[in-house]
Amino acid sequence: MLSLSRISKSFEVKDGVYQAVDSVTLEVEKGSIHGIIGASGAGKSTLLRLINLLERPDEGSVILNGREMTVLPEKLLRQERQKIGMIFQQFNLVANVSVSRNVSIPLELAGVPKRERTERVEECLRFVGLADKAGQYPAQLSGGQRQRVAIARALANHPGLLLCDEPTSSLDPATTTEILGVLKHINEKLGVTIVIVTHEMDVVKRLCSHVSVMEDGRIVDTFSRADGEFLPAASSSGSYREQILGKAREDYA
Amino acid sequence: MLENAFKYQEQMWQSIGETFVMVGISVGAAVLLGLPLGTLLYFCRKGQLYENKKLSLVLNTLVNIVRSFPFLLLVVAMIPVTRLIVGTAIGTIAATVPLSIVAIAYYSRLVEQALLEIPRGTTEAALSMGASRLGLIFKFLYVEARSGLVLGLTTSTISFISFSTVMGVVGGGGVGDFAIRYGYQRYETEVMAYAIVVMIVLVQIVQFSGSTIARLLDKK
Ligand SMILES: Nc1ncnc2c1ncn2[C@@H]1O[C@H](COP(=O)(O)OP(=O)(O)OP(=O)(O)O)[C@@H](O)[C@H]1O
Ligand SMILES: [Mg+2]
Repeated sequence: MLSLSRISKSFEVKDGVYQAVDSVTLEVEKGSIHGIIGASGAGKSTLLRLINLLERPDEGSVILNGREMTVLPEKLLRQERQKIGMIFQQFNLVANVSVSRNVSIPLELAGVPKRERTERVEECLRFVGLADKAGQYPAQLSGGQRQRVAIARALANHPGLLLCDEPTSSLDPATTTEILGVLKHINEKLGVTIVIVTHEMDVVKRLCSHVSVMEDGRIVDTFSRADGEFLPAASSSGSYREQILGKAREDYA
Repeated sequence: MLENAFKYQEQMWQSIGETFVMVGISVGAAVLLGLPLGTLLYFCRKGQLYENKKLSLVLNTLVNIVRSFPFLLLVVAMIPVTRLIVGTAIGTIAATVPLSIVAIAYYSRLVEQALLEIPRGTTEAALSMGASRLGLIFKFLYVEARSGLVLGLTTSTISFISFSTVMGVVGGGGVGDFAIRYGYQRYETEVMAYAIVVMIVLVQIVQFSGSTIARLLDKK
């Protein structure tokens, strides 16, 4: 459904150029939950932002559902973005408007008529279990609730793809579990493909069907549950592959 | 003694009217032109969405020049421009021209500052959901900055009230001019004191309303 081909992005910094994403090729299967894990500064967020072209690639192409995104004119690109949900570590809600208006904004941007908007907002809030908070403001909610509003907002325009940038990194363990549950539910019930960037091993093990390991701007390893069961227990030595699939498996490979 | 203060009551009402006209029009100019200018200043800044070094330099220089000009000199220097725009350089309406120019420059800076307070993630979220430029500005940026925008306008309005007091030099009138002509120049201290009290009350009302509105708008 999504394929990145030899995609690169560099930034100008004080002493030259910094290659944040370096010729990455990646295939994301329809219906999968694809984790991208790696150390801080590996280029994970940049890679995610290249998918919906918040960041323009220097080279390479992004193909979503057979459509080359990188060549789309501004207006069509905006329409495509409306079909790609995105959630963030800091939630990025509009603090000055109510929960329901937050969910309504993407619908307004897409030109959905008022009556349909009201219905859809209710539906999305019910889906994330926040129907009773519709009239409240983000500041009155807990972190987990805010992230659920952000998820409802991302779902409003029926996206086929949901991009998540460290969605649980500022949440406590119990809330993390709750949010991972919501994401899983979205994937299973609505068939939404998810790409999730994280540095938390646990998130990958519990949620993802596919994993890519990122290091210094490159994808250095990709595997899936087809390569073996992901280890439930926390092991914290060896490569990401070893930590997730276990050492023995590595030996067979 | 107190009656003394009120003996030019009719002229006082007229002066208050003139102050309202001058300040009202410049507040209008601040909103209609200072707000977009400030938004442009914000977008062109280094590291912002439409970073543009040249435009940024030009706009910043212009805004700084207007803001650093001693106001009275600006009023005088602008006389030809004023004459061009309103046909005369004398009177209340003519006085609003330099006042509006300062208002636009002054408020644009405060708008830029208010917008800079918005976390980067807000813009990020807006763009990720396919917001157009206007969508980003009206559904995200102005919504998030609204109480800062109101506070900025309040501060600006109070400055305009203060600037308007010297408009006597071009026959602009206003409460400040009243204080000077009927109080100071005629040695009628009570009249002058009365005019000053009127100014203080005016400023208090503006500040109180502005702060209250800003507080009601802020849901953060
Ligand atoms: N706009 C930018 N200008 C300059 N450098 C940038 C820019 N955006 C990202 N970088 C640099 O690119 C590198 C990768 O950043 P990125 O945010 O993608 O990393 P990350 O893997 O998401 O890290 P983290 O886990 O800390 O979020 C970092 O070194 C960062 O400083
Ligand atoms: Mg990141």
